[in-house]
Amino acid sequence: MLNLVWPIFIIISFSYAIFSGNLQNLNTSIFDSVESAVNLSITMLGTICLWSGIINIANHTKIIQIINKLLKPVIKFLFPEIKYNQKAQNEISMNMVANILGLGNAATPLGLKAMETLQKENKNKNELSNSMIMLIVLNTASIQLIPTTIIAIRSSLNSKNPTAIIFPVWIATICAAITGITVTKLLIKYSKKREKI
Amino acid sequence: MIEFVNFISNLAMPMIILLIVIYGLIEKKEVFDKFIEGAKDGIKIVINIFPTLVGLFLAVGTLRSSGIIDIIIKFIDPLLKLINFPSEIMPLAILRPISGSSSIAIATDIMKNFGVDSQIGMMAAVIMGATETTLYTIAVYSSSVKIKKTRFVLIAALTADIVGILTSIVICRFLS
Repeated sequence: MLNLVWPIFIIISFSYAIFSGNLQNLNTSIFDSVESAVNLSITMLGTICLWSGIINIANHTKIIQIINKLLKPVIKFLFPEIKYNQKAQNEISMNMVANILGLGNAATPLGLKAMETLQKENKNKNELSNSMIMLIVLNTASIQLIPTTIIAIRSSLNSKNPTAIIFPVWIATICAAITGITVTKLLIKYSKKREKI
Repeated sequence: MIEFVNFISNLAMPMIILLIVIYGLIEKKEVFDKFIEGAKDGIKIVINIFPTLVGLFLAVGTLRSSGIIDIIIKFIDPLLKLINFPSEIMPLAILRPISGSSSIAIATDIMKNFGVDSQIGMMAAVIMGATETTLYTIAVYSSSVKIKKTRFVLIAALTADIVGILTSIVICRFLS
């Protein structure tokens, strides 16, 4: 995917900037972008190590089994292919919990750990498996109980009622999540059919 | 109300860590050893995704600063009017799936210019709360396991985003 998207982005923006004489800006933003990638990685190094450590403690206790039991029906429906992979189920349920609680910093490390586990039983190592696609789609459209960042921005701008967006956000995310899940399920079915032919 | 919500959201992370550590102790596990063991895996994950981040940030950063997005919006404006899509929201809708930091900047800008409690301001906030940086998520997740063939994940995730954005707009129109 990025082999296509990346060059398109580069060609469009570089040639447009050169064409419109915006070179100074282009040069600054090249260095700024690379620098912010480094900054983000350093910040991420901290949170990813923290949450990988915490999940590893949880993985060795019964707490994860309790969470798993609660989420079992959901996971069974969304990830039918990992029925016998307890480790992947654990990591996916922790990722879901972090997403719902709005802990973006924790959700990514937990999701990436789950990707690692799913890759181990992936039949074609060069391609995303069905479960991986479902996991990614869920992470791009996940229900969040309290959208903290945006509430903070609203209250900093002196909104009369900063939390007024919570309910609309729930409805919009539920619609997005249902769409994402449905499209993924349909496309999985379609790709299976095509393989048989 | 706002204080209560802030309290709950500030409580979530510390409570989870505390709960897990206490649980580990109750079950007589070597809590710190387990923590270190897990944290070591974290380094590997970051090293795997770092090159992707550099490439992605370069592409998105230059795309934003080149000014091409304004041109695209001018180009599709008649189409937006046709389906009654508020054109003030369009820059946010385009940037939201590709860049987290710039979509926050644009949303804040919209809220400031149109009023944080106005209909357009609400739309921007709800879109921010309801959607994610899709392209970034896909890139980071697939590159962490060194996969290049992503099959239909982009189509599925972008469809979900479009529905999320459209629902946000419809709800805000309905509420105010």
